[in-house]
Amino acid sequence: MSIEVKIPAVGESISSGVVSVWHKKSGDHVDAGDALFTLETDKVSTEIVAEKAGVLETLVPEGQEVKIGEVVATIDDSKAAPAKPAPAEKKTASASDETKKPAAPRERAAGAQALSPAVRRIVDEEHIDTASVGGMGKGGRLTKGDVLAAAENRGAKQTGDGESGAPPVKDQKDRQSAGDRFTRKRMSPLRRKIAAQLVMAQHTAAILTTFNECDMRAVQELRAKSQEAFTKKNGLKLGFMSFFIKAAIEGLRAVPTLNSRIEDEDFIENHFYDIGVAVGTERGLVVPVVRDADKKSFAGLERDIADYAAKAREGKLKIEDLQGGTFTISNGGVYGSLLSTPILNPPQSGILGMHKIMDRPMAVGGKIDIRPMMYLALSYDHRAVDGKEAVTFLIKVKECIEDPSKLPLDF
Amino acid sequence: MDKFDVVIIGSGPGGYIAAIRAGQLGLKTTIVEKDKELGGTCLNIGCIPSKALLTSSDHFMFAKKEAQKHGIMIDNVHVDLTKMLQRKDKVVKTLTGGVRALMKTNKVTTFEGLGTITAPGKVSVQSSNGGKQEIETKNIVIATGSVPMELPFAKFDGKTIVSSTEALCFTEPPPKLLVIGAGAIGLELGSVWSRLGSEVTFLEFLPRIAVGFDLELSNQLQRALTAQGMTFHLEAKVTAIKIDNGRATATATKGNEELKFDADKVLVSVGRRAFSDGLGAEKIGVALDERKRVKIDNHFRTNVEGIYAIGDVVAGPMLAHKAEDEGIACVEIIAGKSGHVNYDVIPGIIYTNPELAGVGLTEEQAKEKGIDFRIGKFPFRANGRAIANEDVEGMVKFVADAKTDRILGAHILQHAASELIAEAASVMEFGGSSEDLGRTCHSHPTLSEAVKEAALAVEKRALHIVNR
Repeated sequence: MSIEVKIPAVGESISSGVVSVWHKKSGDHVDAGDALFTLETDKVSTEIVAEKAGVLETLVPEGQEVKIGEVVATIDDSKAAPAKPAPAEKKTASASDETKKPAAPRERAAGAQALSPAVRRIVDEEHIDTASVGGMGKGGRLTKGDVLAAAENRGAKQTGDGESGAPPVKDQKDRQSAGDRFTRKRMSPLRRKIAAQLVMAQHTAAILTTFNECDMRAVQELRAKSQEAFTKKNGLKLGFMSFFIKAAIEGLRAVPTLNSRIEDEDFIENHFYDIGVAVGTERGLVVPVVRDADKKSFAGLERDIADYAAKAREGKLKIEDLQGGTFTISNGGVYGSLLSTPILNPPQSGILGMHKIMDRPMAVGGKIDIRPMMYLALSYDHRAVDGKEAVTFLIKVKECIEDPSKLPLDF
Repeated sequence: MDKFDVVIIGSGPGGYIAAIRAGQLGLKTTIVEKDKELGGTCLNIGCIPSKALLTSSDHFMFAKKEAQKHGIMIDNVHVDLTKMLQRKDKVVKTLTGGVRALMKTNKVTTFEGLGTITAPGKVSVQSSNGGKQEIETKNIVIATGSVPMELPFAKFDGKTIVSSTEALCFTEPPPKLLVIGAGAIGLELGSVWSRLGSEVTFLEFLPRIAVGFDLELSNQLQRALTAQGMTFHLEAKVTAIKIDNGRATATATKGNEELKFDADKVLVSVGRRAFSDGLGAEKIGVALDERKRVKIDNHFRTNVEGIYAIGDVVAGPMLAHKAEDEGIACVEIIAGKSGHVNYDVIPGIIYTNPELAGVGLTEEQAKEKGIDFRIGKFPFRANGRAIANEDVEGMVKFVADAKTDRILGAHILQHAASELIAEAASVMEFGGSSEDLGRTCHSHPTLSEAVKEAALAVEKRALHIVNR
């Protein structure tokens, strides 16, 4: 029997995605659990695995937009190996075997030239390079819809280019990957979304960054002391992030304007604390949101973060997991960053950047002592937040971290 | 006897086409047919004989009513029904004989008798003369088709209450013919006997005729057939048929009204049901659905290994060409190739005059699916060839995606709609747009120019009408 491979629901408000890469080809034998293809949506990307072993037959090409529930492949478990051609037609097949390999690209080029009348008009009028457009018609042929979409996408890109003053790439040769000098490939939907968000943040907010540093010794000692009991009680480790979330909430309480957003001519101050925690994944950065972080225990925060990290790795984050944060914490330290200027996650007004903990000689009580130090950065929207407030926030965070007894320790 | 690669049960268009393709692919193939002649319902008692009679009666109407418009004066136009029926039988014979020859050419053997699956890989053939043979095979394709559906309260008696089979060979036009069900079969056979002199009345349960076809064109067809003298009662539910002295009285309710119709013959054409009587499929565990159709997956496989099914006996429209395409795809899959049927592009036709043809989504279906679409229409009264033909009834209508312009549906009402629809189907099969069709050169003067014009009308640039 053959089973259908359908696009699973990846989030409530996500209705479609793109089959970005097939990891297996039609005719391949797959085992249960083998990754079949990567599904990308504008928020998350995830690998879809085979539920059963059998011979795969793919039904959509790479790059095709697909709807949730759509059948994109079948797996036939009745065949152990790819089917062999029937004897009667084998002769003709073997006769052309030798010429088959070199002929394949030529056939494709010829196919690309055989354009339908409407496609031909649009290609001429819009100067579209047909080789760069994926065809959704029979046998991969270009349809009018394909080239209209290509023209539209390129139109959007060109106006963007124009604004930033970058010259549009005109040389057709330059558009393709040239040997090993460089590789050109289309950005994934997730990557494109991130790019658009970042540029939007830079364009709309007046972003400014203020710095400070904190001594991590107290937190490190407290963690070391409590780790065993905490792990035993909660079944997961006590990390640094929960301390910073709690410290940030103390900071936000002291400086409420930072827990806010600007909407047109209005200033909206939030009285709840939904804290986004940036998580790097293979496909890009995602920022799941810890809800009502002020009401959660340290263990509750650690559990939420661990759950989100696992979901992000498995590509199971839902869009609602990523929406509605009021403030964000980003930890570049996990990659070794000593200092950085984080970029706002619009429409939020502030983002706290954590960094690498490094032993540095510090002057403590008139003596030089080696302390585990971390630089802190706060990027903020100067439209909403004054410099004094931003500095106040960061000092509050620093104080809480250096003296955790200021935090509601509940483990 | 050697083991077969494929045994096909049923030699209708699904079965015999599957057999030809299996033969082409080098599979050792046999076909089992319970009737004397090959070809199944379509060739013997369906599509082909009905078309023979439709054409003959259409010629009669031309001679009687149209010829004089062309200045051809024919006196004493009348019908020799015996001759007309003989010609029909000859047509059938030519074609069934042709199928037999095709079986030979493709090295497909035939067994005459009722095929029963006794176990996976085993078919027993019970011939009408009492002989019994057992066949062993690697694969079985069930292609047993369908039979006319009966009304539970008015079973077929073969004389007064009849199915399409008998309505193909009335020896004289019944003075009054009542047709229950205004679908393709009822409308076609009703047309035949109306043209040959019967007073034809249709009782249709639904508020429209030709269900499944575009509503606007169906309504136009109803007006045309009414003008030809046929009577329609829509939303009429037949509740009883009484036979008295060889004549029938049918009772139907229409709203709160109770209507009575007397008739010499009643043609019940309310649909067809999957036929698998005596096949034994259920006994060996082949799953059927709630309408007794054989359940298959998208590779035509039943739940029993090595047993496949195609055509009217499985779900989907009961159309010969759908069965043919499934037959081909099915045996290609059996041979280890990739067989595929595109169910979105299967045309359907009613061979009345004008003919009604449609492929893909109707305007109503597109609306229902919430698709953003555009419509392009062109009437044949603005087409040069149609005017020259003195045959201007009908129009072409396209449903195209508003954004991509892809053709989603094409609908044609015209004397030659059955031939014209193929162009639209080809373009649709390749994912073509209305503009593609509109930019394709069509010879002048032809009816097909109206197809091109309707495609142009989608983007409001038809040439011979005012674009609104």
